[in-house]
Amino acid sequence: MTAILENTAPEKPKSITSGLDPRFKPRLYEHVGVPNSWTLEYALKNGAYEGAKKALAGTPEQVQDEAKKSGLRGRGGAGFPTGVKWSFMPKEDSKPHYLVCNADESEPGTYKDRYLMEHDPHQLIEGMLVGMHAIRANVGYIYIRGEYILAAERLERAILDARAAGLLGDNAMGFGKSMQVFVHRGAGAYICGEETALMNSLEGLRANPRLKPPFPAQAGIFGMPTTVNNVVSIASGALIMRHGSDWFASMGTEKSKGNFLFHISGPVKRPGVYELPLGTTYREIIYTWGGGPTEVIKAFNPGGSSTPMLPFTDEILDMQADYENCAAKGTFLGTGGIILIPKNCDIVNMMYNYVRFYAHESCGKCTPCREGIGTWMVRLMQKLISGRGDPNDVKILEDLFGNIKGKAFCLLADSCIMPVQSAYNLFKEEFEYIAQNGKPMYSGYANRWNVE
Amino acid sequence: MSFFANKQNLVSDILRRYPTDRKRSAVMPLLREVQNAEGYVSDERIAEIAGIIESTATEVMSVMSFYSTYSSIPTGKYHLQVCMTLSCALAGSDQLWDYLQDKLEISQGEVTSDGLFSLQRVECLGSCGTAPLMQISDAGYAECLTKKRTDALLEELKRRGDGSIPANDTPTPVFVKHIDGRVVQVTSDGQIAGGNA
Repeated sequence: MTAILENTAPEKPKSITSGLDPRFKPRLYEHVGVPNSWTLEYALKNGAYEGAKKALAGTPEQVQDEAKKSGLRGRGGAGFPTGVKWSFMPKEDSKPHYLVCNADESEPGTYKDRYLMEHDPHQLIEGMLVGMHAIRANVGYIYIRGEYILAAERLERAILDARAAGLLGDNAMGFGKSMQVFVHRGAGAYICGEETALMNSLEGLRANPRLKPPFPAQAGIFGMPTTVNNVVSIASGALIMRHGSDWFASMGTEKSKGNFLFHISGPVKRPGVYELPLGTTYREIIYTWGGGPTEVIKAFNPGGSSTPMLPFTDEILDMQADYENCAAKGTFLGTGGIILIPKNCDIVNMMYNYVRFYAHESCGKCTPCREGIGTWMVRLMQKLISGRGDPNDVKILEDLFGNIKGKAFCLLADSCIMPVQSAYNLFKEEFEYIAQNGKPMYSGYANRWNVE
Repeated sequence: MSFFANKQNLVSDILRRYPTDRKRSAVMPLLREVQNAEGYVSDERIAEIAGIIESTATEVMSVMSFYSTYSSIPTGKYHLQVCMTLSCALAGSDQLWDYLQDKLEISQGEVTSDGLFSLQRVECLGSCGTAPLMQISDAGYAECLTKKRTDALLEELKRRGDGSIPANDTPTPVFVKHIDGRVVQVTSDGQIAGGNA
């Protein structure tokens, strides 16, 4: 009797947490790299817009629920549940709603959105239709960074083709609703990745961040209810409608579900974008897929330059990459853009590179960031790497960390301090060495260019 | 001479992307049109754009000065924008920059005497898997720039001289492959994993 009972209780299949699991199927990047994959003809042959059709046939709440059930969390770095974000939009109002796709991918070490837009623009447009339906929007903007020239061209072309085929337009897909998507190209400003700065940019203003509240769902672009989602969040919405929330939730760990675009840069044998389930170990990502480092590594940023560094140890490498495990180690899953930090390069020089980046990208609105990052951090780091430092500078640096972090208008200043402070905590001796001796502990940063 | 006078289709195509009472949103696409056609945005063009979006030249200039793409001084036919952020720096972008300065005999913001090249250091171009790289005007990227490839690229651009660039020859760094009707990922040692039946 007990044997029969055991047999009838279906065992829940183990969640997919490795790209080597035979059940794992690449979906986001399924067509990336295939010739002509950006054409409407190719996309339609491969099931594009089936998800949008399902979405538009149902109610906005049904789409929100499907996204909630899937466990999808924002892929821009913050990890907020997408379905919940969609449900924040007002239900009954006479105002126009807007969906904005944040394609301003400017986080150093991050390059996942670019190839998706270049090679599979229809997947993103389909996702726009799904997301727009979920938030009752008739207009969507794809805010793409100005430097992504080919991606913008392919998207513009894809929108024209989709409009001509009746997938977008006054009667999109024959559901009697007007659905329009437009591309808005940026012009070289990292801060536009911050959603309120992006909205100002879209309105033709300087891209300074706005004070919250009001939140975008209350008053976003043009003062109207707005949702801003990352490219991969939106594309995932299309895939969830196509393949079901169960498919998405069959991958990942307890609270981090689905497929994710990990990508590696720095000294690694095969830099590239790897679509893998969440919960894949960093060892698998870096060694099995990336081919392993090409030199001795001392640390890595797990998800873009803003995410605090993790030491390159067995413990960390065997950690499953997900939102919770990263948080437990004091960092973030971020964008999934892993940057390997080589041992023979001086950490102070490398962190100066980061500081210079954030200083250049500071919008100048608030004092802690404009003066703290833009002047103090830059000058102090310049002093150290040019060999004019003295031991007291390390104390000033610590003081700056405390006086900038958590004190600025938006997260840009923290995004600079977090990786630099993590590097300082991990490699304090290198900071002290250069301050004391006027030269770096490791000299490998000076010459890294390949001739051939 | 007006820039947009004979481009009214373009102007209305840009304006219709935004609500009718929000013409100001068109400032960035309009600036880009001028920047791409003339290599910089002059005061005259700023005033013209201000007229289209029903704003003032000061407002247009305030937006223009915020972004690193728009230039208020002329750039070369090939405006080389070299990414300097860490992933590129770890692949030698500092040396690439020095080499370009020496070879072209210009520095940041300068134009070669023949008007062909200008140089700009820029931050992360979002192509960290193909470092080091540069953006050429608003035409495209040149990636995986070894010294040898940089030399060949400069020669090719000189030969063309018309603002056009060669097709991007850098393979997309992804390891999803289509094999026998299946979509798979290929590990670094050639093992096949995953797959759509």
